[in-house]
Amino acid sequence: MLRLTCPYCGVTGEETEFHPGGEAHLTRSGPGATDEAFRDYLFQRRNPRGVHFERWHHQYGCGKWFHAARCTLTLEVFGTYTAQTAVIPEHIIDAIQSRRPDWRPEA
Amino acid sequence: MSDPRTALQGAHFAGDVTVTDAGLIGMISIRGDQSDSGFRTAIRHVTGHDVPDQREMRGDATGGLAWMSPDDLMLFCGHAQANIMADRLTAALGDTRNMVTVLSDARAVIRLHGASVRDVLAKGAPVDLAPGKFEPGSIRRTRLGQVAVAFWLTGQDSAELVCFRSVAGFVFDWLSVAAAHGASVAYHAKPLT
Ligand SMILES: [Zn+2]
Repeated sequence: MLRLTCPYCGVTGEETEFHPGGEAHLTRSGPGATDEAFRDYLFQRRNPRGVHFERWHHQYGCGKWFHAARCTLTLEVFGTYTAQTAVIPEHIIDAIQSRRPDWRPEA
Repeated sequence: MSDPRTALQGAHFAGDVTVTDAGLIGMISIRGDQSDSGFRTAIRHVTGHDVPDQREMRGDATGGLAWMSPDDLMLFCGHAQANIMADRLTAALGDTRNMVTVLSDARAVIRLHGASVRDVLAKGAPVDLAPGKFEPGSIRRTRLGQVAVAFWLTGQDSAELVCFRSVAGFVFDWLSVAAAHGASVAYHAKPLT
């Protein structure tokens, strides 16, 4: 059971109040992109055993989308942050590294 | 014009907690930038309420203003006044970015009354309803069973709950089962004897 804190309404709820929206921080490849880039944008997803960044929707709450950083192995949530965030915030990286010292953000 | 009717048409259930159709209630969604001073002034001027803080409920379903999300408020007023209030809001909000929508007939409001009201809600909502954790003045949007609801306490033994009109019958039945005599779990409140 995941417990997530919505950065918009401040509610800490259990996962049935939220809806998962898949991997976060995808680069959108649209018109003009190569077929390979478009294919990867549509279909290729990381599936890490460990630190992962996801989009979540506060479906039964305030209705907002947000980001979450969590561990797929232990279900530990390192932090959540708003959807209006294109790059992973520094305080989230710090929170992850305080728990996973060897982890480095991908370039 | 057709006659306005609530989805529950006055339904009432008496268990350990009473479950009652709150009747016709005006509800207006007010979207806009809550940090904008012009928005805040217009809301205060027309509704008589300050813009509520995060998850704050000002007043109740007979007259109140609820924080629904960072860009969404819900005004509760008389059903017959809703269109007039909406026009006044739209006029007062003027050029500030806003959207005012009357939702009165798209929602249902249910009142709960009884000592075990926290237990009845807690059976269906994944929310900490312990005294001190959830108190009058706060609104919580969540799920009850499998449908979206919002509720707030109006006292230590009473609450109001709003849901979509289309699921009003389901929510009413759900609450009635949870509130039936003999169904008390006596977690937050002692059972009635
Ligand atoms: Zn939320």
